[in-house]
Amino acid sequence: MLLMLVISFTINIGLGSVSIPFDELLNSLFGNAAEKESWDYIIWNYRIPKAFTAILVGSGLSLSGLLMQTLFRNPLAGPFVLGISSGASLGAAILIMGTTAISGLLTFEFVNDLSLAIAASLGSFLVLLVVMIVATRVKDTMALLIIGLMFGSITAAIVSVLSYFTNAEKLQRYVYWSFGSIGNLTWSQLVLLLVLVLIGILLSILSIKSLNALLLGENYARSLGIDLKKSRYIIIIATGLLAGGITAFAGPIAFVGLAVPHLTRQLFNTMDHKVLIAAVMIYGAVLMLLCDTLAQLPTSAHVLPINAITSIIGAPVVIWLLVRKRKMIF
Amino acid sequence: MDSKEQHITLKAENLSIGYASKNKETLIAQNIDFNVQLGELVAIIGINGIGKSTLLRTLAKVQPKLAGTIKIEQADLDYIKPFDLASKISVVLTEPIASKNLTVIELVALGRQPYTNWLGTLSEHDRSRIIDAMTQMELDSLQHKKCHELSDGQLQRVMIARALAQDTPIILLDEPTTHLDLYHKVRILKLLKHISKEAHKIVIFTTHEIEMAIQLCDKILLLDGKTNPFGKPNELIEKKAFERIFPSDTITFDPDTGSFRI
Repeated sequence: MLLMLVISFTINIGLGSVSIPFDELLNSLFGNAAEKESWDYIIWNYRIPKAFTAILVGSGLSLSGLLMQTLFRNPLAGPFVLGISSGASLGAAILIMGTTAISGLLTFEFVNDLSLAIAASLGSFLVLLVVMIVATRVKDTMALLIIGLMFGSITAAIVSVLSYFTNAEKLQRYVYWSFGSIGNLTWSQLVLLLVLVLIGILLSILSIKSLNALLLGENYARSLGIDLKKSRYIIIIATGLLAGGITAFAGPIAFVGLAVPHLTRQLFNTMDHKVLIAAVMIYGAVLMLLCDTLAQLPTSAHVLPINAITSIIGAPVVIWLLVRKRKMIF
Repeated sequence: MDSKEQHITLKAENLSIGYASKNKETLIAQNIDFNVQLGELVAIIGINGIGKSTLLRTLAKVQPKLAGTIKIEQADLDYIKPFDLASKISVVLTEPIASKNLTVIELVALGRQPYTNWLGTLSEHDRSRIIDAMTQMELDSLQHKKCHELSDGQLQRVMIARALAQDTPIILLDEPTTHLDLYHKVRILKLLKHISKEAHKIVIFTTHEIEMAIQLCDKILLLDGKTNPFGKPNELIEKKAFERIFPSDTITFDPDTGSFRI
């Protein structure tokens, strides 16, 4: 699987609107100067950050999907379906369009990234907490999904109200963000995203035991000595950081979080989170790299919005799983 | 304290159970008194809605009690930390497990959680306990099956094996025989009897199989919500306790055969 990751990483870097010969690509990657200086520049400042972003986004979203499916005991849970991405969008929308003070901050690029990340994370935390409260009261998994959908609607409504009052420039900025894009991150933004994702991964690894116990249900987990409240909070914080942080930088990206854990469970005959966390992340990274490669392939001059590609691939996967298995089990 | 009482490991005194929300308490049963010793198989019986499951869940600390005390080895249940309790009480509940995608061996292995490190790594000792538990429940041939592929009776045995793997002196089971046919009911109950005797554990379960309980159990707690008689089956028969469970105009109890007549 790691090999798959390396291959898709190389393919991803190798392809783009400027064609670069493969041996020159390798030259540049291993520190030697490529034939043209512009190729070096393209590879190091455009394609490699983009590929790294794809890896972080793919693995992070997939991991957050896995956490949510276990925490909510729901095979359909995922950052997009439960409205977590909507929450992040709301945070971002309020930040981009809701305040005028932000324009003053635009000059400090880093602060702006940080505030966007914080706003989006806050938004997703907020939604997660509400979903969590609802989940403890409503045992029905359908209700949870419907509530997630309703959050999507509420967010869309607030965003449209905001966009009605905002100026064209900010609106464009928001719309562009909401398409989802992994190609615009600078190295410094990438480092920030990396830190968020790493914290998320660390918290997930710390929760492996509770996650496994939660597979039995909450009462059984408690009878196994798990501190439910604490582990729930840790898992929620991890999910919020992963889904919120990624959505802040890359926009709302659909279906990766939902589909990848299911695809992974098809491949591995285990439910042990020790295996699943690693597998899901690698698988998510590969899928995201491939989606991104696909996004720039059709016409080499244009790059399609990544969100469209993940939906085109992800939605049929979910349908296929449902039809083939007749029911979704996790 | 005489020598007999030193073996007491689970004891309830003047216990009241029910549900408490912010502004009101719903009392389900009160005046529950019993004490159970290691090696005893105990059935909790009573009509629907009398609080059998509530009592079991209260004993397992899944839900809080309303009043009274529950003691394990002289320690009050309220003051035992969840982590310590995990090595004292294991449970088999009626609620379905969250993920039916677990394999049998994975599910049984989860019973070892209280003893594993922060990553849940299984030691050689853990593995042998898991294998033992599965052998005792006759699950060896099923160990790599997924739980959604199992029948109700098989799944019930898997859940009991998980509780066994948890290696606790007390095992609580909520209606372990529902949805099973006569053969599987008897099989499960005999396995429970075997566990309580061979592994020297306290096994307490709720059931509607009163006649089987009379034949198999060491003690019976008859929940009626008020006096809740507790004792050996023949003592309860002598006290005419079973006659009062159901309205006498529909079902009568025959003390000679230990069975009910319509």
